[in-house]
This record gives sequence, C-alpha cells and structure tokens, in this order.
Amino acid sequence: MADLPYLLSFIAVAAAATFATRVIPFVFFERHTEHPLIKHLGRYLPAAVMALLATVFLTRSGDWNATPPGIDALLPGLLVVAIHLWRRNALLSIAAGTAAYMAIQQTGFL
Amino acid sequence: MNQSVFRLTLPILFGYIPLGMAFGVLFSTQLDYPWWAAPLMGLLIYAGAGQILAVSLLAVGAGMLEVFVAMFVLNARHLFYGLSLLGQFRGAGWRKAYLIFGLTDETYSLLTSRRRGPDRQHEQELDFRITGFNQCYWVIGCTIGALLGDNLAFDSTGIEFALVALFIVLTIEQYKALNDGFPIWAGAASAGIAMLLLSPAHQLIGAIVIVTAVLLLHYRRLRDTNGKEGTSHG
Repeated sequence: MADLPYLLSFIAVAAAATFATRVIPFVFFERHTEHPLIKHLGRYLPAAVMALLATVFLTRSGDWNATPPGIDALLPGLLVVAIHLWRRNALLSIAAGTAAYMAIQQTGFL
Repeated sequence: MNQSVFRLTLPILFGYIPLGMAFGVLFSTQLDYPWWAAPLMGLLIYAGAGQILAVSLLAVGAGMLEVFVAMFVLNARHLFYGLSLLGQFRGAGWRKAYLIFGLTDETYSLLTSRRRGPDRQHEQELDFRITGFNQCYWVIGCTIGALLGDNLAFDSTGIEFALVALFIVLTIEQYKALNDGFPIWAGAASAGIAMLLLSPAHQLIGAIVIVTAVLLLHYRRLRDTNGKEGTSHG
C-alpha cells in the first residue's frame, strides 16, 4: 500500500490546513493590533484558554466510572496545585504530579 | 540562553516525547508507509491531535478535500491563539513565519505565560528558540515511536500527564500575573459546558468559542461602564 505520491500530497494538504489555522489571525487582524477589543482579548484570552485546556485534559485523564469519580486524575491535579502554591517551582510541581499520576495508573492503586 | 530555554521547555519535553512516540507507534503499526513519514509529519504538520487523526485518514485513503477540512476543523482553536500574539510577534522579521507555524497549544501556553523583559528583539529570539526546542522534542518522539513500533520496553503509562500538569501550573501563573480570577472561571466553566454538550472531537473548539463570546460580552460591559463614568465625570 506504499503509495508515496498519495502520502506526500496528504502531508502537504494536512500541513497547509494546520498552518492556515495558525496564520489566519495574523493575516486578518495585523492592522488592528491597537484596537481595544484586540487588546482586551490579548489580556484575558490566554488565562481563559489555559484554564480551559487544564479542565478538558484533566477531565480526560480521569476514570469517571471509578468511586469516587475521577479521583485518579483529581488527586495528582490537586497535588500539582498544592505544590505549586507552596514552592512556585514549575518543574517540581509538574514532576510531582506526573509521578503521582503514573504511580496511580500503573499500580491501579485507586 | 539555550540552557534557560531548555529549563523552560522541560515540561514540554516530558509531554511531547511520549505523545510523539504514541503517534509514531500508531503510525508504524496501523499503516504500511515507510517509518520516516512519521517524523516528516512531525516536521511539516506539527500538530498532536491532528497527526493522530491523520493516521485514521491515511488508513481509509481519504480524499484531499476531506483531509483539508478535517485538519482545519480539528485545529480551528488555533485561530484564536494568534489574536493574543499579534503585538508580541510584530517586527519579528524572518522568525515570524516559524513562530506562527509552531503555535501549538503548549508553545502558545509558554509564550503567553512567561515573564518578558523590555528588550523586544531578545524576547522574540527566546520565543523562537522555545518554539524550535518544542518542535525538536516532538520530532524526536515521532522518530523513536516509528522506529520502535510495538517493541516498547519501558512502561511510560501516564507520563503524558506532564502536559495536564503544565496547563494547571500555567493557569496558576496566569492568575497571579493578572490578579483577576474572572478569565480563569470563565475558561473552566466554558470547558465544562462544552464537555457536557459536545462530542470529544468538538469540545476544545466549542469551549474556546464560548469563552471568546464571554470575553466579548465582558469587554462590552467594561466599555459601557467606563463610558458612563466618563459622562458622569464630564
């Protein structure tokens, strides 16, 4: 099935579609950088998107049929928050949370 | 400089190598194409969920229009990322095209969260290297996964939680920088609504559309109250 021309045009089209989603705002809004609405979004959107990504991926990491639901992801998530508020060291918080999650998933201990 | 970039991107390394490997393993076990196509996709497409979707599109031999639409829709959330980086990337010269190309969820998160100094050119050079380091991790992961295929020995189950932890840490950092909880709660609530109402494939873009609409209303309300204050004082 090694149809190389198909594979290469597939990659080109997929790359173009992905780049399009990333470049469009720069093409259409470049002149409006100073508009107060763009400034407002620039100020608040990153925080909102971060909270949204954290919520979605944390939810997807958990087993919601377990009792209590989602505890296998919520516990490491809370650990990340606690350690980060305590030491404010990003690598330490991430390493601790990931190690806890891996231990829980691999041992099936919860 | 490279050392501080490496430290900053280390969480991404822990996320991208295993995820890239997952893609590579999927690619080489599901498809009959040569292994080097997996890192080539990491190099040219560079989108995690997009590449995993690409494996299933390749498996069914999807048409080019279908491929374009599917990839565009899946990555549509990136449409909103550029909006908060218009000023930051302005005047970046030849680096700008690559900064835009490399705007994944994780790179966007790092670039909008890190503290910035007054020297614009220096900061853009840092942004450029962060983007480059992240893509290297991803391509390395894709390569290892494609070469290993099924012969994976180390049990890395759960290591991809590094990215979830990164998003949590960056949410806290954003909150501290803004000193305003509103966008955080709006983002989390939008995610909750999208997860209740939409299928997994549409949840991210759905949540981003909802939260952008909320921020537009927030903007109008702020503008209206400021306008009223302006007239009452004038």
